[in-house]
Amino acid sequence: MSAALNSTAMDLTPAPGAAPGLQMVLAQAGAEGRALIRNGEQLLLTLIIPLLLLSMLSLEPIVNFGAGISRIDFMTPGIMALAVMSTAFTSQAIATGFERRYGVLKRLGATPLSRVQLITAKTLTIVAVELVQAALIIAVGLMIGWRPDAAWSAIVVVPLLLLLGTAAFSGLALAMAGALRAEATLAAANLVWIVLLGLGGVVFPLTKFPAGARHVFELLPTGALSTGLRDVLAHGVAFPVGNTVTLLVWAVAAIALAARVFRWE
Amino acid sequence: MRTVAKRSRRRLASVALSSAGPAPSAGETVAAVEISGLVKRYASVIAVDGLTFTAARGAVTAILGPNGAGKTTTIEVCEGYRAADGGTVRVLGMVPGSRDLRPRVGVMLQSGGIPPAVPAGYYLTQLSRFHAHPLPVPRLLDMVGLSDAARTPFKRLSGGQQQRLSLAAAVIGRPELVFLDEPTAGMDPQARHATWSLIGELRAAGVSVILSTHYMEEAERLADHVVIIDHGRVVAEGTPGALTGSAGQLRFRAEPGLDIEALVAALPAGALAKESPSGHYVVEVTGGEVDPRLLASVTAWCADRGVLASSLRIESRTLEDVFLELTGKDLRS
Repeated sequence: MSAALNSTAMDLTPAPGAAPGLQMVLAQAGAEGRALIRNGEQLLLTLIIPLLLLSMLSLEPIVNFGAGISRIDFMTPGIMALAVMSTAFTSQAIATGFERRYGVLKRLGATPLSRVQLITAKTLTIVAVELVQAALIIAVGLMIGWRPDAAWSAIVVVPLLLLLGTAAFSGLALAMAGALRAEATLAAANLVWIVLLGLGGVVFPLTKFPAGARHVFELLPTGALSTGLRDVLAHGVAFPVGNTVTLLVWAVAAIALAARVFRWE
Repeated sequence: MRTVAKRSRRRLASVALSSAGPAPSAGETVAAVEISGLVKRYASVIAVDGLTFTAARGAVTAILGPNGAGKTTTIEVCEGYRAADGGTVRVLGMVPGSRDLRPRVGVMLQSGGIPPAVPAGYYLTQLSRFHAHPLPVPRLLDMVGLSDAARTPFKRLSGGQQQRLSLAAAVIGRPELVFLDEPTAGMDPQARHATWSLIGELRAAGVSVILSTHYMEEAERLADHVVIIDHGRVVAEGTPGALTGSAGQLRFRAEPGLDIEALVAALPAGALAKESPSGHYVVEVTGGEVDPRLLASVTAWCADRGVLASSLRIESRTLEDVFLELTGKDLRS
């Protein structure tokens, strides 16, 4: 194969300049989105597994909750919490870990894109993925027979809970990816996902655990998010104060931790 | 915003009117890179130890040095990746890595930086969106010989192709200054020559180039200015010509084991001789040139002893000779 470069005259005269900020952010968000679509495991984690769990566990009595509500009404808010954890925590931690490993973040540091713009682009991508997840979960849930019992305020409270959950999980993801090696991040992020799938009130009701354990699990971000969403969407609670405060504390602490431990290369 | 843009355009116009030829504007009097007393430590190891040199604007400056000499550390301080522990570094007159500086500087890392699954063409397109006046991606791909690999993911490119993609990424924003950290490492000879011609074209277009390399030939061919560093310090610098001198050596081959001391005694004062390797002889004049008298005395000495000198030639010292002299012949890891 010929490796010869073609010296066809191209104007290499310096003409430096950064593109407009919005264009850079959208370009980077587009690249992040494409990377996600290109990556089969990430799609499995963020879309396919949550939807499979939702439909399988709602249709077949694999899990017996006795939570006083129908299986699908219990499952849909839990799967929403799982979807946020998959995207903002596990998927982001793994992707960022490998970006660091491959020097991608280091190389981006030499472009006109600033760090704030990079974080903005990543956040936009996560929010876009979560919108797709939410639309699909709601559509599949309604098809299977989900009938939310919620106050009108849910239109504001549910997005607020999802947003706080996203902030908390993103902070934890960046802290983990910034401090550990890529392989360690991969292993740990998956482990945390599995553990919180079981102990986060996603598919097993936390009420089935002894009271002491239950209170601890409800203080974890996944437990706080799933319980809060379920209170709003299945039990008609207007505003789950405790869970919201828990998520807010996690969000502030996790982002502060990420800011301290994150290394770009 | 609009008024600012207008004003700066007017200032550019007045500069163009007032200058008859390619007169330097105010910015061009600033060096591409100015390093003064740079110190960088990693834990207890001193990687750069009081390094000082200046890279001129519009020129190719090569940083030569053995492994571990501090080349990459120096370049990465200039790129803004590492903070100096001492001394000052200015790039185009600015603090390394500052926001206004980044669009003006192109960077080619020694390795990595590109996501493995991303196709070459898409990667360049993506990068081009960060710049106001990027080079056209198809022509840039053509220029670095990657047109046929535009859809190939980075991880499936050969080592040389990966290097060329990285090089293209360094120039896509039409920078004033590019840092190339060992740009031709791992390239085959064709790709290396092609990369050299691209660097030549950058220079012709007025782009300043700072490159680090192990390859003496690369520095000798490309560089206007060579900085040889070792143990984090500058051990020599100058143009390749000034560093190697002219007509510095007389080389010939003959039977091994000639009496070197007798040869030196027969030569004009100031001449030195050595056998290295066996059967290969080198005669040098310290601080001088090989002249007809020296040539005559070497051949006369050989004739007296019935020795036939073959492959006799006069040549300048290579940069490699200078380099090994300055940095020693010990192997470095």
